[in-house]
Amino acid sequence: MNVTVLTVDDSRAMRDMLRHSLVAAGFRVIQAEDGLHGLEVLASESPDVIVTDINMPRMDGFGFIQAVRSDAARRATPVLVLTTEVDVEKKNRAREAGATGWIVKPFDPEKLVDAIRRVAA
Amino acid sequence: MEDPLAAIKVTFFQECEEQLAELESGLLAMESNVADSETVNAVFRAVHSMKGGAGIFAMDALVRFAHIFETSLDKVRSGVLSATPPVVAVFLRAADLLADLVRAAREDSAVDEARIAALGVEFERIDHLDGAPEAAHVVPASECSAGDGGGQSGGVSTWNIVFTPDQALYAKANETALLLRELHRLGEVEVELDESGLPELQDMDPEGAYLTWRVTLRGECGEEDIRDVFEFVQEDCHLEISKAEPYGFDPGTVITGDNGFKFEFFAPIVEEPEEEDRKAEVKSEANVQAAVERPDPAAPAAAGAPPPQSKTVQAIAAKTEAASSVGATIRVDLDRVDRMIDLVGELVINEAMLSQRVLEAGIARSSGVAMALEELENLTREIQDSVMAIRAQPVRSVFQRMPRLVREVAAMTGKQVRLVTEGEATEVDKTVIERIADPLTHMIRNAIDHGLESTDRRIAEGKPAEGTVRLTALHRSGRIVLEVSDDGGGINRPRVRQKAIERGLISPDAQLTDEEVDNLIFLPGFSTAEQLSDISGRGVGMDVVRQSIQALGGRISISSRPGKGSTFSLSLPLTLAVLDGMVVSVQGHTLIIPLGVIVETLKPRREDVFPLDGDLNVLKLRGGYVPIVDVALCLGYGAQHSDPAQSVALLVEGEGGARAVLLVDAIHGQKQVVIKSLEANYRAVRGIAAATVMGDGRVALILDVDAMVQNTATDARRDLAESRQLEASAGER
Amino acid sequence: MMDKPETMPEEHELIAFRVGRQEFCINVMMVREIRGWTEATTLPKAPRYVKGVINLRGSVLPIIDLAVRLGMPGKAPTERNVIIVVQVLQRQVGILVDAVSDILMADKSAIQPLPDVTSDHAKRFLKGLLAMDGRMVSLIELDGILPEEDLEAA
Repeated sequence: MNVTVLTVDDSRAMRDMLRHSLVAAGFRVIQAEDGLHGLEVLASESPDVIVTDINMPRMDGFGFIQAVRSDAARRATPVLVLTTEVDVEKKNRAREAGATGWIVKPFDPEKLVDAIRRVAA
Repeated sequence: MEDPLAAIKVTFFQECEEQLAELESGLLAMESNVADSETVNAVFRAVHSMKGGAGIFAMDALVRFAHIFETSLDKVRSGVLSATPPVVAVFLRAADLLADLVRAAREDSAVDEARIAALGVEFERIDHLDGAPEAAHVVPASECSAGDGGGQSGGVSTWNIVFTPDQALYAKANETALLLRELHRLGEVEVELDESGLPELQDMDPEGAYLTWRVTLRGECGEEDIRDVFEFVQEDCHLEISKAEPYGFDPGTVITGDNGFKFEFFAPIVEEPEEEDRKAEVKSEANVQAAVERPDPAAPAAAGAPPPQSKTVQAIAAKTEAASSVGATIRVDLDRVDRMIDLVGELVINEAMLSQRVLEAGIARSSGVAMALEELENLTREIQDSVMAIRAQPVRSVFQRMPRLVREVAAMTGKQVRLVTEGEATEVDKTVIERIADPLTHMIRNAIDHGLESTDRRIAEGKPAEGTVRLTALHRSGRIVLEVSDDGGGINRPRVRQKAIERGLISPDAQLTDEEVDNLIFLPGFSTAEQLSDISGRGVGMDVVRQSIQALGGRISISSRPGKGSTFSLSLPLTLAVLDGMVVSVQGHTLIIPLGVIVETLKPRREDVFPLDGDLNVLKLRGGYVPIVDVALCLGYGAQHSDPAQSVALLVEGEGGARAVLLVDAIHGQKQVVIKSLEANYRAVRGIAAATVMGDGRVALILDVDAMVQNTATDARRDLAESRQLEASAGER
Repeated sequence: MMDKPETMPEEHELIAFRVGRQEFCINVMMVREIRGWTEATTLPKAPRYVKGVINLRGSVLPIIDLAVRLGMPGKAPTERNVIIVVQVLQRQVGILVDAVSDILMADKSAIQPLPDVTSDHAKRFLKGLLAMDGRMVSLIELDGILPEEDLEAA
């Protein structure tokens, strides 16, 4: 079983880090640079889990999650929010938008993989 | 084997550079009141993103300071704090410190804790400035540690879990089956489905949630472990966890101790803030020492209530709109682009070779072959231009570094300075950009330190107290022109002249035009330690600036008006990958001379050549004498002096304004050539700057004119001084 | 330095070529391509064994006259000469030889040390001898084939 994870993050370093950690854990990784790009990727890919950042240019994580949840074909895809926020408000907004769960940065690869495993069918 | 983490680190630092630039330009926009909300967002994101990346690599100081900075920026973003000039001033200083912290992290050098602390105080001050209600509340790590997780005493326990998902749980793509699977990992699980809440089929909402799960879990786990399983869904379900033990208490039981201590067994609805604090403590071990600012006390109260929907929707709409105006870009390895440039260079050569063959074969110009070939030629040129354009970048990245420099130099000199930049979007090859930063830095320092008068003096002369330094970039006839101008006092010509005489650069009675006097400052040996201040000093004079510009195939010039200011103007090629050259031949060897150094071509007469000192000949030129460089002799292509009368002479100007006449056999015209490195497969060769490939497929060498001029027999500097004196004395007659 | 076990697997393929009356060989892994002689552009004040540079698909390739480099008399190259393009450390270098003569499979144990009488100059570039069907083939070391940087300063 090869689980595909879409990561959406505007930071190259973070994308590289995500890819590095996830590939090492045996996931197939596809990446997008912001919410809009994420939606573009979703037009042709069906990831099992999406991991997204909140603060991004063009379309932020909230907008991206809302868009995923309002797409009939994608609405059942678990979305994990990546955030350095310890701020409750951000997390709640992400939840309101439809986030399945969250990962607090800086994450360690084990926690990241564990969170994905928990929501991946 | 490259360490992937090391590679990510490299990426992180590259990204930091970009984000620091973004941060600075955003803050400057805020400073001049032209910032919109997206600018503030971008500024926030830049700091936030650096913090996130720094967290990966446990760069504690950086994370800590970025957090303080970000918190303040977030207040501006949410309108709690307004970006008044004093606030933005602190932000700018914070951006400078952040840049230094990034550098410290990269170089693994010491962090200036005192500066961090000082800025921390300033951040607190601006919070008060704006009458913000709460000061940054520092919570010691020990205080925000989690309480006893509840029964995590080890050993096997039995837990009763009652779990009723809400519809929202499914809407967020969570799955009961997955949660049960997770529970199963904690120990032995018995699941009982309570379907008493299930309505009649006709009343059922297909997306509704009606089921309750009763789970008995036996395992070596505590309540925390179970709560962790439900971490993501706790808001979207009803969850009860209780320890199935004989002495257990039902939820709601209250125990009151002798001393008035009261303990109530809650129905296990976890309070969000507690959970959050615990997380902050557990998950960010890297910054436990960091000042963890408590979330706004208002936030937990508002947590349950959905944020005003309209606001979110508006924000998304705005973002999407912004997105359409941003052109799509891709990042490409420079190596790939360079490889492509090489290949296109090859294509150009091949195309030229083909044309030559077609010509040799005697095919008529009007034939289909020749016409197709012409089309190919046009196409090839177009491809070459397009490929070169890929490497082109706006000079913005260099310009963005200057405001900080200006602030620093202004502070050091006690002058008031306004920096005006124009033409930031002007594009030039990436390699050129990398190499103009230092000369520009020096010129701007110089403009503030030497160009602008002191504030008092300016006021006394009726000028505005604030001096203006202007940095502009523009394209002019296939080159980029950069100008640094100031509205200061202009070059003090009598003093410059006096200094040049003292240094033996000109004879005391030399007749020089204003322009010639101004240009004396570029002579090697003009700037000396004595007149170098801390700021423009650093042991570097304008001669070094000129040298580095000329090394790029550029020229520097100055114009100055007393009392009005000076303008330094740099003209540079748009790329270092191609060069405009003069094709010449020497003893049957084809050579390229960079067009930029050639002042004029001459046909020397034998009677104008005079032996000067040993091997050195000079050419009498308009009353002056210029040393002659016999290229064939210099490169060892010939053993005898060439006959000047049989040669073509090129008057060239090298480093530091040193002039010489190069003797070659013949000139074959001008050509744009693709520069190829000799060092890549061989090594540097004295007198040769690089190589190129000609239309016939052969390699031709590009002359290093500076080395040639210096090579001229004995000491080039002395020659220069002598010839200048000759020139001066000749001028007298 | 004479024999580097790590660069010499048990059995390896060698390319043999003639220079004057002698036969030499190098590990085939070093060879990028073999091409005919083309006129090189002379480099100013280069050592005599540097024939100059040629254009190899857009990069500038120095050509070393191996005969001269090994202290033999050189002669003007003709179209029959061969350039072996080799990878030496980070650089690509063209080696001018008379002809490619053979592809050999050699066992590491077949490589014999140089006799004591060998001159220091030869020792600098040779790292062993191979006896093949009555021929003697010298295994050549190319690391020091280019002029050293410090010659530039001299």
